[in-house]
Amino acid sequence: MPSLKDLRNRIRSVRSTQKITSAMKMVAASRLRRAQEQAEAARPYAQRMERVLGSLASRMAGLPGAPPLLAGTGKDDVHLLVVATSDRGLAGGFNATILREARRRFRELDNAGKTVRILTIGRKGRDSLRRDYGRLIHDSLTDIGRRRVSFEEARDIAARILTLFEAGEFDVCTIIFNRFRSAITQIVTVQQLIPFAAPAGLTEEPTSDMAGAIYEFEPSEEEILAELLPNNLAVQIYTALLENAASEQGARMTAMDNATRNAGDMIDRLTMNYNRTRQAVITKELIEIISGAEAL
Amino acid sequence: MPDLVQFELVSPERLILSTEVEMVVVPGTEGNFGVLPGHAPLISTIRPGTIDIYQGGAVTERIFVVSGIAEVTPERCTVLADEAMAPDSLDRATIEAELQTAEGNLPTLREQIGRAQGAERERLATELRHVERQQNVARAKLQALTELSR
Repeated sequence: MPSLKDLRNRIRSVRSTQKITSAMKMVAASRLRRAQEQAEAARPYAQRMERVLGSLASRMAGLPGAPPLLAGTGKDDVHLLVVATSDRGLAGGFNATILREARRRFRELDNAGKTVRILTIGRKGRDSLRRDYGRLIHDSLTDIGRRRVSFEEARDIAARILTLFEAGEFDVCTIIFNRFRSAITQIVTVQQLIPFAAPAGLTEEPTSDMAGAIYEFEPSEEEILAELLPNNLAVQIYTALLENAASEQGARMTAMDNATRNAGDMIDRLTMNYNRTRQAVITKELIEIISGAEAL
Repeated sequence: MPDLVQFELVSPERLILSTEVEMVVVPGTEGNFGVLPGHAPLISTIRPGTIDIYQGGAVTERIFVVSGIAEVTPERCTVLADEAMAPDSLDRATIEAELQTAEGNLPTLREQIGRAQGAERERLATELRHVERQQNVARAKLQALTELSR
């Protein structure tokens, strides 16, 4: 039976934990709103980019002059996996689900005899994967989108991936991240970046008026594609980072909400216990006094 | 209904403008082109310059774009710009200062890259691309300013 003092300390400690979790929940909620707005704002560009690229890509596909970013290198021996996680923990299953999926992919590719290379984004991914897959990790990026994800950062990541690709370091590039559905559900998404494949899930607006349109190109299709494809890579990474940021805050908000509620339950139980013990002590003292008086 | 073109200007971070306009002049890589309703479908890259929006026969709005791509259909003109801003926000002195810092940093960075290895080298290469981009953007802005003042 814990003493009264122990119980009091325990209650105090749970209460201060509850304060922290509820503050974190509030912070996550406001960050989530910001992240969602940002993701919303970035959608028009991504959609239109996809429309233009779609009409170009369908024309270029199958042509011998198609750039490798679109057509691939003709091999798929070396896979580069970009694992996008968060820098901070306490976000429920956010990082765990991404990492589980990443590990599954590694094993799958490994069993198929492919070479895997990893680029991690975020401290959590780096720390967790370094243990088992340290030698596969090409590099780790941290502090991406500390305040807010900027397109600049996405472009830098894209540029690094492109340099690797041009140097023939890998054939296929995929990114693993959490797509934001709601604060409670985030969906782990694996999306191929190189060679270019239209991402599933991004709802395309109906392109009926575009279907038959024959465009003129200024300058040539090849040159436009050469400019568009690297840009599109940056856009896709940017979209993924934004989705990830919103998911992270959503997951954290839910996790912290649960934690706050659990702490509340715990305080109730402990307080009940405390009062009971206090009464027992009083009763005991009374009995001692009374039986002492009777003995005289 | 008067003949109007649906004009949209989008940057990666947000939708900047979406209006109906009479005519819009876009700085294409191979020369400026004006878009009126019923323009032939066209996809063109953009060079740094200003987009001029015409309403009622006169320029009502000018927007500076760094680079990007324009998609034109008979009823619509969509500009996907890497970066866009109002021309008044461009200030020659600031841009020249930016250009100078960028140019000042380049040689040191290049030298560092020569010495660095592996991941560190990549990091520096990213940095270098960054600075080079800044340099190009600053140059483009200056060029556009000269064009504007003429």
